[in-house]
Amino acid sequence: MEEIKKILPNVSSSPHFRSTLTTRREMLDVCIAMLPIVIWGAFHFGPYTLVITICTVATAVAAEYIYEKLMHLPITIGDCSAIVTGMILSMNMPPAIPVWVPMVGAVFAIVVVKQLYGGLGQNFINPAIAARCFLHIAYSGLMNDFSYGSFDNMTSATPLAMIRAGEEVNLWDLFIGNVPGTIGEVSKLCLLIGIVYMIWRNIITPRIPIVYIGTVAIFMFIVGGFDPYYMLIQLMSGAIIFAACFMANDYVTSPVTHQGQILYAIFCGIMTGIIRTWSPTAEGASYSILLGNLLVPILDRISIPKAFGMGGKKK
Amino acid sequence: MGLATFRGGVHTYEGKNLSEYCAIKELEFDGDYIFPMSQGIGAPSKPIVAVGDYVLAGQKIAEPGGFISAVVTSSVSGTVKAIEPRLTTMGSYVQSIVITSDGLFKEVEGIGTERSLDDLTKNDIRNIIKEAGIIGMGGAGFPTHVKLAPKNDDDIDYVIANGSECEPMLTNDHRLMVEEPERVVGGMKVVLSLFPNAKGIIAIENNKQTAIDKIRHLIEGEKNISVVVMRTKYPEGGERQLIYAVTGRKINSKMLPADAGCVVDNVATLAAIYDAVIKSTPIMKKNITITGDAIADPSNVRIRLGVPYGRIVEAIGGYHTTPAKIICGGPMMGMALFDTNVPVVKNSSALCAFVHDEVAESVGTHCVRCGRCVDACPIFLIPPIMSKEVEKGNLDKFVELNGMECIECGTCSYICPAKRPLTQLFKQAKKEVQAINRAKQAAEKAKADAEKAAADKKD
Repeated sequence: MEEIKKILPNVSSSPHFRSTLTTRREMLDVCIAMLPIVIWGAFHFGPYTLVITICTVATAVAAEYIYEKLMHLPITIGDCSAIVTGMILSMNMPPAIPVWVPMVGAVFAIVVVKQLYGGLGQNFINPAIAARCFLHIAYSGLMNDFSYGSFDNMTSATPLAMIRAGEEVNLWDLFIGNVPGTIGEVSKLCLLIGIVYMIWRNIITPRIPIVYIGTVAIFMFIVGGFDPYYMLIQLMSGAIIFAACFMANDYVTSPVTHQGQILYAIFCGIMTGIIRTWSPTAEGASYSILLGNLLVPILDRISIPKAFGMGGKKK
Repeated sequence: MGLATFRGGVHTYEGKNLSEYCAIKELEFDGDYIFPMSQGIGAPSKPIVAVGDYVLAGQKIAEPGGFISAVVTSSVSGTVKAIEPRLTTMGSYVQSIVITSDGLFKEVEGIGTERSLDDLTKNDIRNIIKEAGIIGMGGAGFPTHVKLAPKNDDDIDYVIANGSECEPMLTNDHRLMVEEPERVVGGMKVVLSLFPNAKGIIAIENNKQTAIDKIRHLIEGEKNISVVVMRTKYPEGGERQLIYAVTGRKINSKMLPADAGCVVDNVATLAAIYDAVIKSTPIMKKNITITGDAIADPSNVRIRLGVPYGRIVEAIGGYHTTPAKIICGGPMMGMALFDTNVPVVKNSSALCAFVHDEVAESVGTHCVRCGRCVDACPIFLIPPIMSKEVEKGNLDKFVELNGMECIECGTCSYICPAKRPLTQLFKQAKKEVQAINRAKQAAEKAKADAEKAAADKKD
């Protein structure tokens, strides 16, 4: 038998070539794209943010490993998706958060949101956003404390809060990230570097980010009484750009059809605008994307494109 | 002018440099030649020789077994040894005529006689092509005489020669166009003579510049034939993609190219048409690429049909390492072989042998819905949703999602980072749906027959 095994070549259904791209490569590229904001966070808020990131990522990976071990499932930490979830969640934290808070969040994200629904690819809402919203409700005091560094209460008002209070905000500071906020969302410059990297590496298509940001921009332009300054401030403050780059276009929880992606991004954009403008909560981007996630199966279903050569008139 | 192309597709590893510059070598073998009665699409052919008969090279040994079916000719002179089921490249046993060559390759009288197109009527030409046993040599193997007989000859606007050779690794069509472009162009002229309103287009991917130059040079001064250069992308040579890239017309699975005013033939098929009509030679030989990183000396060879692949590999120097996978055809749509003692048939194009089996070596994950397959599908299908429905056994939903339009090109499986067997699932689902439809039709026919019989009885 041994000899026959050696002689017989493998058989399988075509195609016999596979691209070198793997799920792990995709996930690692997302992690690399997040490095600029991680570095900016440590530079701007102090090295403690690195502790937050490392602990959150470690907890996420450990939670996945332990859950799968206990449930006798194949161990999937090798696909690196838990690292991405941990990183996104940590980027969503205020810079002075006690480190156990995002760790609780990571366990919630991995176990409750991801693994209970079947693991990678099976969860219907984004684990990191769900965990962020969960933490906001559970620990709202800690999650809304944006003081940082050794200067107590140096600036504890986020740009969003300042706008609401009617104060002036410097656009340039907003752009490079010289403002308070969560670790990952402050520097729009670093976020743009990240998204350009992902587009260059062919990890994402710019469809969802562009339509999402565009929708919010138009919404804010109209609501703000056609004031471009108001629109820019709104776009650049809070988590909108961060959400557009790393949360709205999460593969698993966004539609796969092109039309569906556009509808989804428009929906998320409008919901962000509505929550921002008329609701007391500051979590516009997160909640809108969670709502968008819930619509994904329907959006996919109604946006199946016509197959090649179907429908249309015969020439 | 931009390059002609289509939406979707992938640019795979090409690997053509292994054999691109290897001129076609003519090889002869003695021993047994195997002629399966089923080569390509259509009803099996019917043998017209018996065991013990002496046949000549070029002699008809089987006739069509239906409307869509082809003649089979012997490629050697010798004695019919057996008529029995033999293993073919498709992995199944097919009724075959086995002929033991006498090593003389004595040909039927008249082979090689030059004929002029002017002396032949359209009917003559179609008959010659039918009697020569020509089928589509690109892969599917649709009988050419059927393809060349659309409802109305005047409706054909384009005759497209498929010289895209978009499968990775393969170079035999490229070499054909470089070494014998006059056969391709000659075949094109024969086909054009059938369709009064048609323009001839020879479509070639831009990674075959030498072929483009040769053909362009040859058709200088020909008003009715032109070369269209296409972007190198898989599956550029798929019939629907090719027609769209060249003419902008779209057809679906229920339509024939003729519905869009097109006739598409592989360049190798055109060369065979030229041989049959102008040189009075039925299809007996075929150009084959033997390549892959396990082959000691990758080559393009011209061999007589019916020879087993294993003997060709041996003749050109064998394997330098034990191959992990051997593929008949190209790596994207070819069949994996477990035994190389299978004959070369009319629609064979290559044998690829690889040291590594990428499929077995790739480790998959769940689908992460990255949507790469959606972007790459040349038919605009949604593989992530379709594959889930197939896995659930929901075939109705698969059909609703236009699953039957799938051309099985393999693009989705190739691009998938999660290494999901998408194409395999769709092939299987299509087969199941076709089987269900056939069973339904049979049941309906049986019911109608029974009712008719009952009605007749009453009368």
